[in-house]
Amino acid sequence: MNGFASVVADGVAYGMLLLLFSVGLSVTLGLMRFINLAHGAFAMCGSYVATTLLQSTQLPFLLILPAAFLVTAVIGVLIERSVIRHVYAMPALQQVLFSIGLAFAASAVATIIFGPQQQVVQLPDWLAGRVDILGVRVGSYRLFLVFAGLITAACLMLLFNYTLFGAKIRASVDNRRTAEGIGINVDRLFALTFGLGAGLAGLGGALSVGFLGLDPTFPFKYLIVVLMVVAIGGPGSIGGSFVAALFLGVVDALFKYYLPAVGSFVVYGLLVATMIVLPKGLVGRTS
Amino acid sequence: MTLRPISVSSVLTRVAAVTTAGVMLSLSGVAQGADGKLTIGLIFPMSGAFADQGQYYENGVKVFQRLHGSTVAGLPVETVLRDDQGPGSGDLARRLTQELIVRNKADVILGYSFTPNAMSAATLLTEAKKPAVIVNAATSIITEKSPYFVRVSFTLPQLAATLGAWAAKNKIKTAYTIVSDFAPGIDAETWFKKSFEAGGGKVIGDARTPVTAMEYSPFLQRAMEAMPDAVFAFNPGGDVSIAFMKAAKERGLVKSGIKLLVTGDVVDDNALPAMGDAVDGVISSLHYQVELDNKANAEFLKGYRELFGANAIPSYRAVQGYDAMALIYQAVEKTKGNLDGVALMEAFKGAKLDSPRGPMEIDPATRDVIDNIYIRKGEMKGGSWRNVAFDKIEAVKDPAK
Repeated sequence: MNGFASVVADGVAYGMLLLLFSVGLSVTLGLMRFINLAHGAFAMCGSYVATTLLQSTQLPFLLILPAAFLVTAVIGVLIERSVIRHVYAMPALQQVLFSIGLAFAASAVATIIFGPQQQVVQLPDWLAGRVDILGVRVGSYRLFLVFAGLITAACLMLLFNYTLFGAKIRASVDNRRTAEGIGINVDRLFALTFGLGAGLAGLGGALSVGFLGLDPTFPFKYLIVVLMVVAIGGPGSIGGSFVAALFLGVVDALFKYYLPAVGSFVVYGLLVATMIVLPKGLVGRTS
Repeated sequence: MTLRPISVSSVLTRVAAVTTAGVMLSLSGVAQGADGKLTIGLIFPMSGAFADQGQYYENGVKVFQRLHGSTVAGLPVETVLRDDQGPGSGDLARRLTQELIVRNKADVILGYSFTPNAMSAATLLTEAKKPAVIVNAATSIITEKSPYFVRVSFTLPQLAATLGAWAAKNKIKTAYTIVSDFAPGIDAETWFKKSFEAGGGKVIGDARTPVTAMEYSPFLQRAMEAMPDAVFAFNPGGDVSIAFMKAAKERGLVKSGIKLLVTGDVVDDNALPAMGDAVDGVISSLHYQVELDNKANAEFLKGYRELFGANAIPSYRAVQGYDAMALIYQAVEKTKGNLDGVALMEAFKGAKLDSPRGPMEIDPATRDVIDNIYIRKGEMKGGSWRNVAFDKIEAVKDPAK
């Protein structure tokens, strides 16, 4: 029983990490209809910002996280303004080719700047231990991830569903010409939204440093699982991504625990099943 | 999303046909080192996820040439480096081998970090009668795939069986194995179990994990619940091993009194800074660590630090690159500059080297390496985490052959 609870707790934490990785992609893919396979590159950017700051400064980890978000968001906006905005109108295949090319380029740039080796990360002590919750021992880093995931998801849902900014985005996506007609600066809005998506990826990347390694192939390693979360959750839906990430994390952990021989493949079967039954994902936006 | 079908298959078929014909022609007419120099074709992963491995082999080659010059038996030595990217590129490794032999007139190939890449080049080497010194690929069976293979690294059975025997002798009664689910992982699992159980121990459970798995905690939880005296693990290095070690630390595996045993490639010296205190108390078996106190290692480390900075930490991979060069130089001296493939292979067999890892020898029967295997423990020493050897098993052969 204790083992079960402990594995579920770990699965929830892993799910939250998946959520943080993928929620930014859900925003750009679902709201802006831009197929951004370079999403992992932004996560990598956040990761490198975090590791560089951890290695070379005494900044507290809680300050490093927003720094990773901001730096990546700014880079995201710059890239959006300079190249990506020309790609919006292109067909899906061109977007895919363009963005995967961007990911390869980012990977090469990271190799030049940081070298091909694994980065060294030492987390602060308060994140390194384990804590007891109702008799279940959970790593404090995992607990921290759960909080970070919950807060991020809540903020985004509020932002998109209850603020003027969110309403403007939804309006611009559904009908760009009308939105421009009533005075919304759609160009600027899209740049900001893209920056937000990139920043979220950066935040996810920064939070992953305690868990996963970091080297220049990072953009490709988690691309599949991130796309799975978005596809199952339904692009554009924060709630859907939340449920999907949690579900994948917990199911993956439980099957690995109870059926180690096949456990790692179950989630892929789930993806196929979901795509057949619910091609738009759990909470697909239709418009 | 609509994809327009693009007809490339016909073009590809034609290209393939032309290249095959060309290669068959040129392979039959390869000149036998007639160009007055020794050309060594290097095939390392120099880009992608495993680029750092390639970097270490190349560093080892450079250190050797700095210390021992670039002429041997009166022949100038030329190295030609090619990038085979990673473990998923056997086809590329094969093509590069072919190009190096045919176009660059390579006399010896030095390379193959990964089993599939070495395997895919085997028949080609046999056909071309060109020797290849395997710099790393550690699945036991590789050297049986071509009589032109010789290996300077290690085999996983060598490390795993040694560790299994050591564990059985040192009051470890039960063990649980967690290995990555591919050829070297299966090798490690099989041979650990064999020698551990031969010594009186018992494997009470096992798990095979996907090669690129990053989330190990469910596997570890299950292993810990089985309450073994020790967990034996193998995974393919790089970020996967870092994630594994971090997960084991987070779960408190070693703290709970279970010993963690791994093959030494998992806790590569150069990955220790990234693993940090996760290596505390982890027991491993390997043929080399920076700590080794012998003359050849002192010389090697001095040369390494002169080239790559005073704080550079060589991976065991750099030593393998270094030893591969040493082996080639020694063989060419023995044949007095005769670069014929058959003559070189004869010279490799039974060659003895004074390596930074200690004495090593090429088994004349299997063309595999015989060397000391050290049992080490992760410890904080001089302000950084190190693998400190506390036991040594001398002249270990590959038990799988």
